[in-house]
Amino acid sequence: MTQVRTPNRLLPIEVEKGRVDLAVYAGEDRKDLRSDLVQINLGPHHPSTHGVLHFFVTLDGETVVDLRLIFGYLHRSMEKLFEGRTYVGNVAITDRMDYTAAMLNNWGWCLCCEKLASLEVNERSQCLRTIAGELSRLSSHLIGTGVFGQDVGVLVTSVMWGFNWREEVLTVLDDLTGARMMYNFMRPGTVNQDSPPGWTDKVRKVMDGLPRHIEDFHNLMTTNEIFQVRTKGIGILSKEDALAFSVTGPTLRGSGVKYDIRRAHPYGIYPELDFDIPVGELGDCTDRYLVRIAEMEQSRKIILQCLDRLDATEPGNLGKAPKVFKPPAGDAYAEVEGAKGAIGFYLKSDGGLEPYRGKIRSASFINLQALPMMVRGWKLADLIAIFGSIDINMGEVDR
Amino acid sequence: MIGSIDIVESAGHWLRQTLYGFGVRGVLLDGILAFVAVFVVANFALANGGLMSFVWRREMALIQDRWGPNRVGPQGLFQFLADGIKMITKQAMIPRHADRLVFIIAPAVAAFPFVMAYLVIPFSHGSSLADVNVGVLYLFAITSLAFPAVFMAGWSSNNKYAMMGGMRAIAQLLAFEVPLTMSALGVVMLAGTLSTQGVVVAQHHLWFIIPQVLGAGIFFIAGMAENAAHPFDLPEAESELVAGYYTEYSGIMFGLFFLAELGTTWTLGAVFTTFFLGGWQPPVLGLFDIPLFWFLAKSYLMFGVFTLARFSMPRFRIDQFLGFGWKILTPLAFLNLLVAAVEVLWFGNVFKA
Repeated sequence: MTQVRTPNRLLPIEVEKGRVDLAVYAGEDRKDLRSDLVQINLGPHHPSTHGVLHFFVTLDGETVVDLRLIFGYLHRSMEKLFEGRTYVGNVAITDRMDYTAAMLNNWGWCLCCEKLASLEVNERSQCLRTIAGELSRLSSHLIGTGVFGQDVGVLVTSVMWGFNWREEVLTVLDDLTGARMMYNFMRPGTVNQDSPPGWTDKVRKVMDGLPRHIEDFHNLMTTNEIFQVRTKGIGILSKEDALAFSVTGPTLRGSGVKYDIRRAHPYGIYPELDFDIPVGELGDCTDRYLVRIAEMEQSRKIILQCLDRLDATEPGNLGKAPKVFKPPAGDAYAEVEGAKGAIGFYLKSDGGLEPYRGKIRSASFINLQALPMMVRGWKLADLIAIFGSIDINMGEVDR
Repeated sequence: MIGSIDIVESAGHWLRQTLYGFGVRGVLLDGILAFVAVFVVANFALANGGLMSFVWRREMALIQDRWGPNRVGPQGLFQFLADGIKMITKQAMIPRHADRLVFIIAPAVAAFPFVMAYLVIPFSHGSSLADVNVGVLYLFAITSLAFPAVFMAGWSSNNKYAMMGGMRAIAQLLAFEVPLTMSALGVVMLAGTLSTQGVVVAQHHLWFIIPQVLGAGIFFIAGMAENAAHPFDLPEAESELVAGYYTEYSGIMFGLFFLAELGTTWTLGAVFTTFFLGGWQPPVLGLFDIPLFWFLAKSYLMFGVFTLARFSMPRFRIDQFLGFGWKILTPLAFLNLLVAAVEVLWFGNVFKA
């Protein structure tokens, strides 16, 4: 197993230090113990709920006794919207799910469509998809780690750094697709357009700068003692719990489970690519954070391989895609490894131009369900840190 | 100190002469001079606090790879004036269920200690507003008044975030007031006086940061905690408590809290300079001998150092932070007292200027 690299482990891990045993709340003697519990509505406009999530928290002083998640503020009924649009038209809707990594949503949708109609994708399109998808993952992880820093309290320094570097990634994606976030790039069986001339060199240049940026993150956060006492041994999600909650993505891998759709259920050209799956040991906030950073390095590795393969293919040859995409009646389910976890699409076709029914398995939504269990007994500040370490996106939770 | 130019003292002397020339005598003359001195220093304190908000924002922007305010005035220098005008003209909302009286006076209580602290800060050898013989004691008494203001704000807002911020502030005050005062006590022992001017004079041969390096470190950390500045800004903790104790404040009432925080940071730098960096004395005897210049240069430098930590550190959790104060800093501060005692015994003579 590839363990995540931990730069300068300065402090020993003290597991569960600071967690309050909530068994006291079960007994009757609790009444004469002390004060009342306080209930606070964190969100939906709280600065660190990453969008419009609403925590209904029961607190005893600073200790989180209970947490209820309330969401749906960003619900756009995407699954219903699928039914009124063509398969190609729906690609634009999937952009709006996890808007920090829209390419991967596109990919999930297109993979499902291809499964439905048994389409093949040619080499150049596959390379473009892989590069674009990994760039998207990179940009999502840059936000994820940066915002996690803010949740732990690095003011906005880590966010600004993350966003600045993400800007470089977005620039090359902009060159490829013409959009910075809502790419609408992939099509069933192909991609929307070919890369502009000289694009691969531009991407290589961005990739050259990445290791330095990651080192900066390590210097700012990972090696900082306060960061370590705030994240190490905190918010542990055990292997068993993670699997029981069907958590996926970096959150699952942080708990030490080596499960990545790209290897477990390969798609695209991933089986031919050389990359590792970083996993954590303990499943605490540090591990989840470090897994994300390690994945950025792996994404870079994948992109560099794909760039070479892309240069070897003939420009302009994006493969044959049907002019009118009309799959035969039937159903299909396909999953891709998104930035937050497994993004799955289930589609049922009645042979028409539009899907008969669509269903999304969104990673953020399912990962979020483990949060109430993880935060009980921790302090209010830990709630924010643990939530940040799961790295969800409300666009994907509410869909 | 012969030959050094004391700008402040010269100005005072000139004013006294001029007024005398106009025929002003006796109590009236002293009264006018005192009023002018207090007026100048108090306004300097407030304007400087405002200016520091500009410095703070530009410094933050520098670290975060962005521009910061750079539109109003040269390099955005007058941004704080624009902000001030905006805040004054903005409606200051008072929540319906707030305790109105306490809610309104809390910002004023917060903003006045750091101005009052200027009373004993020795700007140069002849010029602190009052050379009180218990200046150090006064300084700690007056600056710790900022925390009750935070608690008043938190309690009167009738908001759960604000209340938690206020509670945290008091816990923090209790935990860090002890090491802060103890670390300064080492300096007092070496100097043999509680007068701030006396502390500076005692550093004539050797700055106290060298014999009292541990004390300086404790003072630095505990001072930042007293200032409730990042990374110790648990009372406001924007990622947890929205804005903590001033969540409900707006307009100039918020502005006063903001001013107080940055003004206190500068005052802290000035006090650190006074206690550990030789105050108005030049680093090398006789070098560019304008005491006011050296004092301000060191204070602004210390402000920069204090704020630097703000942009690059994560925030502690409350229990970790209080534990750090009680279990680590406080014993170290007592140890530092012991060090100071030994130093007084062995090289006490060095500090008799």
